[in-house]
Amino acid sequence: MEKARKGIEVSIALAEAAAQADVDVVAAYPITPQTHIVEHLAELVAEGELDAEFVPVDSEHSAMSVCCGSAAVGARTFTSTSSQGLALMSEIFFIAAAMRLPMVMALANRSLSSPLSIWNDHTDTMMVRDAGWIHVFVENGQESYDHTLWAFRVAEDPQVMLPVAVNLDGFILTHMIEPIEYVDNQTVKNFLPEFKMKNALHPDNPVSMGCFGMPEIYTETQMAREEGIKNAYPTILKAWEEWGSLTGRYYHPIETYKTEDADYCIVTMGSYGETAMEVVDALRDEGEKVGVVRIRLWRPFPFDDFRKAVLGKQALIVLDRAISFGGPGGPVASELRSALYGMEGAPSIVNYVAGLAGRDVARDDFRKIILEGKNKAYAHDTDGFTLYGLRG
Amino acid sequence: MAKPMEQIKWQELEVGAIAVEVGNAREYETGTWRSERPVVNKDQCIKCGVCWIFCPDACIIQAAQGHFEADLTYCKGCGICARECPVGCISMVSEEEG
Repeated sequence: MEKARKGIEVSIALAEAAAQADVDVVAAYPITPQTHIVEHLAELVAEGELDAEFVPVDSEHSAMSVCCGSAAVGARTFTSTSSQGLALMSEIFFIAAAMRLPMVMALANRSLSSPLSIWNDHTDTMMVRDAGWIHVFVENGQESYDHTLWAFRVAEDPQVMLPVAVNLDGFILTHMIEPIEYVDNQTVKNFLPEFKMKNALHPDNPVSMGCFGMPEIYTETQMAREEGIKNAYPTILKAWEEWGSLTGRYYHPIETYKTEDADYCIVTMGSYGETAMEVVDALRDEGEKVGVVRIRLWRPFPFDDFRKAVLGKQALIVLDRAISFGGPGGPVASELRSALYGMEGAPSIVNYVAGLAGRDVARDDFRKIILEGKNKAYAHDTDGFTLYGLRG
Repeated sequence: MAKPMEQIKWQELEVGAIAVEVGNAREYETGTWRSERPVVNKDQCIKCGVCWIFCPDACIIQAAQGHFEADLTYCKGCGICARECPVGCISMVSEEEG
């Protein structure tokens, strides 16, 4: 029997997932670039439907500071931001991960100024790629809802203790109305145990967080962070597995579509994935042996899963939504080139950057990128990147 | 007493590198940073405690006779006490000159 689905804006559904998680503290700066996510949470708190502290702070920097304080006392903590907001938050964003403070952020991915733009791309999230947070990317509204609940489970697990960013494409997902299947509160309760933090700030058990780190100790603290995020991997898988058994929706670090017999694949991260699959269906009908590889887990990066997924393919066409200026092209392609370097029989990589600041990448565009990319790969024209749709 | 910092292995750190042993800053002897030390003229000292208030390291202690002096185990030699003393009874002396 098909379960009831509700037509609802993705931002609202995501906020309701955070409310179902019975979040204790939400801190956010309620002005552009913001989404309906925190607006709806503010409404739920004001209406008395959610028993939580909603802290409307004076800036994004303060929002993340409040989140750190809240997580440090062991409260379930949520926030959401985008674009310039994330930029202003960035100083404290790094501290949240370094101090191993579990919290969940819905990161509605949008471009950075200048020129002034708040439309969708991945420039904001790439800015904080190396901050030490767990990053997951979702492709649609249902995945946004599911991963909000999943993120609390992962973040607060005693084996993890890290903040988690649920990356969803701004506007393309945040402002869409989609059919979404909700999970009942009892199921959420079973899935999300009460958050108990071992060394939460409390007068009875005094500890110092965010201490001074001399050169004699800093290196060791960074290794502990590196191992900490890598060790999150089994918990990430276990939480997905359990979510799958409860809902029938199973997720994986790297997901593949029609790749088994594919000669080459398009690689996507985020909402690109769904369009890519549709276009691949059409190309398959025309005899193209093409598949889709979708990156769901960005940090910790699932190197083994990725290598396994692309083993034996001749070429990958990697679609990025950000540029590393003066660097190796798109950040995703750069990561994948690094992942495959030295692997025997590694597929060649052709990199396209598209969809910057909300420019549409429609089915015809995917078709062009895939076919042109294939030709480039087979002609060994794989250096740098191509800015798709560029005039001039 | 906590293990000396330079001997701690990364596996031994608490999650988030938090310090669970409270007050262990005491074990870090910042007096080794000093290039000049404050010397108090006890006869001139009016025992007002201004140096005690201003010391950023809280290393000024009141002696049994009532005058104030720095605990050289922690004093970094910043000279704020000498600058703030209303009667000018504290002078900074180079450690090199002994």
